[in-house]
Amino acid sequence: MAMIEIEKLVRRFGSFTAVDGVSFTVERGTVLGFLGPNGAGKSTTMKMITGFLAPTAGRVVVEGFDLADSPVEAKRRIGYLPEGAPAYAEMTPRAFLDFVADVRQLKGDDRRRLLDQAIARVDIGPVLEQPIDTLSKGFKRRVGLAQAILHDPDVLILDEPTDGLDPNQKHAVRTLIKEMAASKAIIISTHILEEVEAVCNRSLIIARGRVLSEGGPLPNGAGWRFGEHEAAPDRLDAVFRRITTGKTESQEKAA
Amino acid sequence: MIGGTIAVYRRELSGYFATPVAFVFIVIFLLLTGIFTFYVGGFFERGQADLKPFFMFHPWLYLLLMPAIAMRLWAEERKTGSIELLLTLPVRLWEVVLGKFLAAWSFTAIALALTFPLWLTVSYLGQPDQGVIVAGYLGSLLMAGGYLAICACLSAVTSNQVIAFVLGVIVCLMFTVSGTPIVLDLITAWAPQSLVDTIASFSFLGRFGAIVDGVVDLRDLVYFASLIAFWLFANAVAVDLRKAG
Ligand SMILES: Nc1ncnc2c1ncn2[C@@H]1O[C@H](COP(=O)(O)OP(=O)(O)O)[C@@H](O)[C@H]1O
Ligand SMILES: [Mg+2]
Repeated sequence: MAMIEIEKLVRRFGSFTAVDGVSFTVERGTVLGFLGPNGAGKSTTMKMITGFLAPTAGRVVVEGFDLADSPVEAKRRIGYLPEGAPAYAEMTPRAFLDFVADVRQLKGDDRRRLLDQAIARVDIGPVLEQPIDTLSKGFKRRVGLAQAILHDPDVLILDEPTDGLDPNQKHAVRTLIKEMAASKAIIISTHILEEVEAVCNRSLIIARGRVLSEGGPLPNGAGWRFGEHEAAPDRLDAVFRRITTGKTESQEKAA
Repeated sequence: MIGGTIAVYRRELSGYFATPVAFVFIVIFLLLTGIFTFYVGGFFERGQADLKPFFMFHPWLYLLLMPAIAMRLWAEERKTGSIELLLTLPVRLWEVVLGKFLAAWSFTAIALALTFPLWLTVSYLGQPDQGVIVAGYLGSLLMAGGYLAICACLSAVTSNQVIAFVLGVIVCLMFTVSGTPIVLDLITAWAPQSLVDTIASFSFLGRFGAIVDGVVDLRDLVYFASLIAFWLFANAVAVDLRKAG
């Protein structure tokens, strides 16, 4: 059974269609990258997978639970880092994680173990008692990540998890994602091509609300393949441009 | 499945005390009740051992203070985006709505409870009817719940706390004064009697006035309880509809 099944997902805002018939499935062990320009519909798709926004049409099934019929059961299995890692600014990370643990009904030894594990994984021990709004961007992001992985969910949805972080922080977050990859189904969104190469083992190129192409790494680190397009390592950008703008290389040169 | 309500309730209630705002608020509340009771209400001059001058001004106090307490409940979540986090946790929307409302209501109950020195004073000075005073306190708390439910709902229609506050004051004002002669005279001229009666029946002033006089009518209690239930329901609908934008 696929961990995440998305079927013909559509979301309109008024007359504008932000997500236009997206379908895919994600298995355990997959780190799926949503790659797309700003405004492609990545966040909107994630908001529907996590049950924040109701789809205009289509279906989301998480570990067998249809989000429309059993939202609470489905949400129990998901960890979600919304774009920008919102949190309660006046709380300390400790109080914030305690709140999330309360809502998720974590109890006793299990609760203590999970809290310790999440805090250790994102390494926020030193700032646990400091109000979140006094933390640096990197720590804020890590607090958001801690909240997402707190209950050790099978499904992780991370919206631009490394956006705005410095190179060391980016590296730390990517390492964490790779560590967790084997036991979970993970979706991350990004507009950074190198991120896909660094952490994903599958990727969808999304633009204007549609999946334009699906790709994965070539054997032996020889780069990535999207449909008929192949890209050498670190050369995804040309393929990305060609797929999202529909222009060939010669057309681009002429322009 | 009340665990979500308890978690949200605890977070919200401690949120009130996380900043000095809570203490400032309580001090203002106590100062205003004091001023109204002693200067405007003529507590001593009346020469009667009761708390009527104290309770009489509660609707007017609440009119400004309840919107202030409730304005952040949802508007803040929308502004910071934490609503996305909150509503993707495994809780039902009504659990969250209830938890937030109960937290605001408890905070009000704490402020109200801190007026107990007045009660002690009046009991020391004379022989007040304690039953009437208890009814007054419970009636006041129930009415505060009505104001809060209205304001919590209005906080969910905007991400701007100031707008939430202003909307709250306006709607609360309508519910407060709907039974007063000023309003009724205005509409009697053109509206059918049944509409006039309906509008008059919404009045907080009339119903609370009766409770403070010691007349506890079950219909008044039911009125406030159903008013709270209605606005909490509207609150959930508003959150659901306005989540996206
Ligand atoms: N609440 C909303 N109301 C109207 N339009 C929206 C709303 N949310 C997103 N959109 C629009 O939908 C499109 C996709 O947005 P989004 O999913 O955030 O893109 P991405 O995350 O890929 O950058 C954008 O054009 C955006 O302006
Ligand atoms: Mg986005």
